[in-house]
Amino acid sequence: MADISTARGDLKLTRITKTYGDFNAVDDLSLVIPAGSFFALLGPSGCGKTTTLRMVAGLEEPTVGSIHLGTTDITTTKPYQRPINTVFQNYALFPHLTIFENIAFGLRRRGVKDVKEAVDKVLNLVELPHLAERKPTQLSGGQQQRIALARAIVNRPALLLLDEPLGALDLKLRRQMQIELKWIQKEVGLTFVHVTHDQEEAMTMADTIAVMNEGQIEQMGSPADLYDNPETAFVANFLGQSNLIKGTITGSDGDSHVVDLFGQKISLPKNRSHAVDNSIYAGIRPEKFRISRLQTPVNGNVLTGGRIEDVSYIGVSTQYQVAMPWGQELMVFEQNDDGVAPFDKGDEVNISWEPIFTFALRGDEDATAGSEVVPEDLDEE
Amino acid sequence: MGKVKTPYLLLLPGFAFLFTFFILPIANLAQTSTQTPIAGGDTGQYEQTFRLKNYIDAFVENKEQFGRSFLYALIATALALMIAYPLAYAIAFKAGKMKNVLLVLVVAPFFTSFLLRTIAWKQILGEKGFIVPTLRSLGILSEGSTLTSTAFAVVMGMTYNFLPFMTLPLYASIDRIDPRTLEASGDLYANGFTTFRKVTLPLSMPGVVAGTLLTFIPAAGDYVNAAILGSPSTKMIGNVIESRYFKVVDYPTAAALSFTLMAAILILVTIYIRKAGTEELV
Ligand SMILES: Nc1ncnc2c1ncn2[C@@H]1O[C@H](COP(=O)(O)OP(=O)(O)O)[C@@H](O)[C@H]1O
Ligand SMILES: [Mg+2]
Repeated sequence: MADISTARGDLKLTRITKTYGDFNAVDDLSLVIPAGSFFALLGPSGCGKTTTLRMVAGLEEPTVGSIHLGTTDITTTKPYQRPINTVFQNYALFPHLTIFENIAFGLRRRGVKDVKEAVDKVLNLVELPHLAERKPTQLSGGQQQRIALARAIVNRPALLLLDEPLGALDLKLRRQMQIELKWIQKEVGLTFVHVTHDQEEAMTMADTIAVMNEGQIEQMGSPADLYDNPETAFVANFLGQSNLIKGTITGSDGDSHVVDLFGQKISLPKNRSHAVDNSIYAGIRPEKFRISRLQTPVNGNVLTGGRIEDVSYIGVSTQYQVAMPWGQELMVFEQNDDGVAPFDKGDEVNISWEPIFTFALRGDEDATAGSEVVPEDLDEE
Repeated sequence: MGKVKTPYLLLLPGFAFLFTFFILPIANLAQTSTQTPIAGGDTGQYEQTFRLKNYIDAFVENKEQFGRSFLYALIATALALMIAYPLAYAIAFKAGKMKNVLLVLVVAPFFTSFLLRTIAWKQILGEKGFIVPTLRSLGILSEGSTLTSTAFAVVMGMTYNFLPFMTLPLYASIDRIDPRTLEASGDLYANGFTTFRKVTLPLSMPGVVAGTLLTFIPAAGDYVNAAILGSPSTKMIGNVIESRYFKVVDYPTAAALSFTLMAAILILVTIYIRKAGTEELV
């Protein structure tokens, strides 16, 4: 057998299932994470992210399925034999060791020479060289987080796993650390697998995001891909917000489908349709909508008969709730380019948008999937 | 003014208790230790002559028992540690819902008296117990020899009797270890044994120190196990003190031996804590 500790390459999960009792925490999940990428595993609390990560780290064994690193099968390899390191959700620093010894731990186990040089270098990278002789309990949460990161990356693993590493930090520090983490990943060139339930965090940092739900991957792609072209209602609602309007495909016009939405005709690009038959949900992001008065001429897709139900002014934009004739309320975000909210509650309006910004989902989906979970409220611990 | 005094008032009963039942007896013992028999007096009549040589005489006369006390206590402590560590580890990390039941079982021996339990060991290790016949049939124990009245029995008795004192502090210490630090150790290339050596053991050191002290100190001064399970050739210093007091009525020697034992334990414990380097304990 090849030496596992030097295995490199893409991480491949093949049909992984992890069962606790009669509950599948991870359910027939397949995934390829390209070497060198910053990969985010995004999903609500309890969807199986930690379990997935623990199987990659070797702390848990899959009930079914296999894990490969490059061409090496590591499914049953012991954690200490895998060239994989983890930044734990709660850091899990060694309380009895100094910061220096915490970071040196992995190097010493592998008998690396020049421990001091390597530790000093990584302490500089995380900008905490002055804390080397302290104990973990003498550090703030943000500092502990960086040390946990340093302790892992100093080993130059083939794969670095980060389990909600920023979860315990306050918002401002979190945003700052997101940028730093991204920078460090570029700097060291390792593969990062970052687990989070914060969609904004995933979008800011990752090259590729896999959206996870109930133990399965819903969709995988670049942040822009997932946002502009979601394939399921869960993704459409979990990543940002979406207006999903029930409709029927009635015809075709070149690269576009012609769609009937409660008697009004719109068009949408065929390559953004994930419907399996004529019954669909047409999806439009709230900021893609434009509101106009009845007499104003507009281009693109138009829905008429709207009435402003609610106006909330939130600085950079104004959010409108617009009631449509078929009883649905649509959400519209308008940039406050001219400084004042031009529409009032009760105004009769039309809604328009560029056809290219429309996506289509299967008509038999649950249009509210993924929207009832407010990720920020589900902070574990 | 009143506010400042309240805490001291609350401490008063404690101080009064300590004074009456610790300071006074110790002072009394100290002054007894330098007395000599009254010339022409009855047995048990002594007068204060400040004879410090009592200490030297007492020690020289009982060197052997002193050595034995510390040797037995050391072996019993080591055995108790070897038994209690895996036990405490299993209760803390592997017991799941059984945790509380197992903890109750650890302290269950306290529900009966120390003396009775030691006498029970006499039965277990005696001719009618199952151990002796088994060992005999296996040829490990020859026909003529016994298990009771041996050093082995004394050390076994002490190990058994002090096991809970070892187990409980160990458990408390191990239970406080975050299992995720052990996972982190595995994640950082340490195998099971290295994780134990580098993470589990250091983190449980306060429990090891507390447990070994709570076992060693009473074991070194113990006389019940040697009296019930031993023979004249396994006499410990506790037995000598006991017989000097109650049989020979030689109070000064008994008092001097008590002080010597206390001093010896104090010195050993101080060195030990220094070496173990647990700031948490001192
Ligand atoms: N050791 C375990 N025993 C039983 N159920 C577990 C265990 N670990 C995780 N689970 C369950 O599996 C599901 C996924 O958990 P987890 O992977 O921690 O989710 P996430 O990290 O996405 O929040 C949860 O419902 C959780 O309760
Ligand atoms: Mg988790």
